[in-house]
Amino acid sequence: MKDTPIIKSFDVHKIRADFPTLHQQIHGKPLVYFDNAATSQKPKVVIEKLQEYYQETNSNVHRGIHFLSQKATDEYEITRHKVQALLNAKHLHEVIYTSGTTAGINLVAHSFGQKFVGEGDEIIVSEMEHHSNIVPWQLICELKGATLKVIPVNEAGELDMEAYKHLLSDRTKLVGIVHTSNSLGTINPVKEIIQLAHQYGAAVLVDGAQALPHAPVDVQELDCDFFVFSGHKIFGPTGTGILYGKEKWLNAMPPYMGGGDMIKVVRFDKTTYSDLPHKFEAGTPNIAGIVGLAAGIDYVNSIGYDHIGQQEAKLLAYGTQALESIPGVRIIGTAKHKTSVISFLIDDIHPYDAGTILDRLGIAIRTGHHCTQPLMAKFGLPGTMRASFAFYNTTEEIDQLVAGIYRVKKMFGKA
Amino acid sequence: MAHTSILQIEEEIIEEFSMFDDWMDKYQYIIELGQSLPPLAEEHKNEDNIVHGCQSRVWLTADSVGNNVCFHADSDAIITKGLVSLLVRVLSNHEADDILNAPLNFIDEIGIREHLSPTRSNGLNAMIKKMKIYALALKAKNKR
Repeated sequence: MKDTPIIKSFDVHKIRADFPTLHQQIHGKPLVYFDNAATSQKPKVVIEKLQEYYQETNSNVHRGIHFLSQKATDEYEITRHKVQALLNAKHLHEVIYTSGTTAGINLVAHSFGQKFVGEGDEIIVSEMEHHSNIVPWQLICELKGATLKVIPVNEAGELDMEAYKHLLSDRTKLVGIVHTSNSLGTINPVKEIIQLAHQYGAAVLVDGAQALPHAPVDVQELDCDFFVFSGHKIFGPTGTGILYGKEKWLNAMPPYMGGGDMIKVVRFDKTTYSDLPHKFEAGTPNIAGIVGLAAGIDYVNSIGYDHIGQQEAKLLAYGTQALESIPGVRIIGTAKHKTSVISFLIDDIHPYDAGTILDRLGIAIRTGHHCTQPLMAKFGLPGTMRASFAFYNTTEEIDQLVAGIYRVKKMFGKA
Repeated sequence: MAHTSILQIEEEIIEEFSMFDDWMDKYQYIIELGQSLPPLAEEHKNEDNIVHGCQSRVWLTADSVGNNVCFHADSDAIITKGLVSLLVRVLSNHEADDILNAPLNFIDEIGIREHLSPTRSNGLNAMIKKMKIYALALKAKNKR
């Protein structure tokens, strides 16, 4: 359903005008928002969509026969079609609404885990995973007596694929792998990882939270068994997410949350469940959010991934070169294939200290372990500073970051 | 020897910080405080003494000297260390009740409230709680 026309030329200042949050002062300085990996800013069309929904449409979905409830349901379900097209999912009912990536992974860990993971089985994740793609698997392994195995990461922040091949075995039931690392920016060879896992009959869940804001994903081409992402990272509202799952798995998996909408018939002696996708969509969802997510997807489609990719490649190259040229700055995560995320350190200055000063200069970066504690431990670091760019960032903003870093160095006696 | 009360120490700090016109000078001073705070001995930087935070780590030890509670603290981030030094300066070497009742108004007066909010995750908010818990524990111990 790619019916939105793509812009002819990319004008970053024109695009920035679409994002109200970007145009404010922080501590008296213009905001430089470099924390897009944490969450993206929202274009006016998404904000207006939310308002329009609450002002004109608001009603519960799938439950009523009156006009507004049908209107709400229609708008709510349009998003599913848009996501199906975005991911190139074979079936509409393979697209499940969730409240986010973490919720989607927990759903699969619990439901797939309950049915398919037993004592002595193995689940593989990698050393660079976000906690939400580690902890749910730890929980199910503990419950079922299964083992969690970990693919190591090299000094450049790339997966050790040889080690991965040795970790796979006939006991491997699932591989959980991040498409694009939020801490390092590394883009993993996901298609190859999936092919190898399938040789052992293992399913693969791809954490796509940091993928879709930057590049298109084709779930059929990847042949992944599950793909999860969050709406708020792709310029949509918070509290929204998608779980894509191959029909064969989703049909075989037992329900996760029980309640309204996921049932056919409820009786005390036996309850039967809805078909896909509703089987996994219990309770009243974040209807406004899902409706808003459609506007976010439309916006991305109107810019087009080609323009997005070009602008971000430019920012990544400019930012990497600029930071590398500052004495004492070390970039963490130097994979050959990266998205527009740069994790770095300044001399031996603690990221919290540097981040605090940059904040006073209006520069919003992320500091800390980025919810990837095992990865930080691997690098022997308490955390890093992370600048993550979106297509609405500019090279001028990167110049501001560079000036800010020099200021930090001066304040800590590292000039 | 006249014992400076908690409130008097807070007043001193507010006075010191009133000299700063802009945020840079204020943070430069906090950084200097952090850089000059004597570090905790390595053997004290253990799991028992750590006050966890997402962003920076704080270690806190407490012991009693007569009727007073004395604190020593450290952090791996200098700004946090500077703020730690202020809190130790205010709360250390006082009786348990004084520590428990300390309003800590200086935090707002010198404009560092944001660093001590529970959501800041730098360990400072948790450290103040732990200091008060130590004071309470010592008070209970002394009563027996």
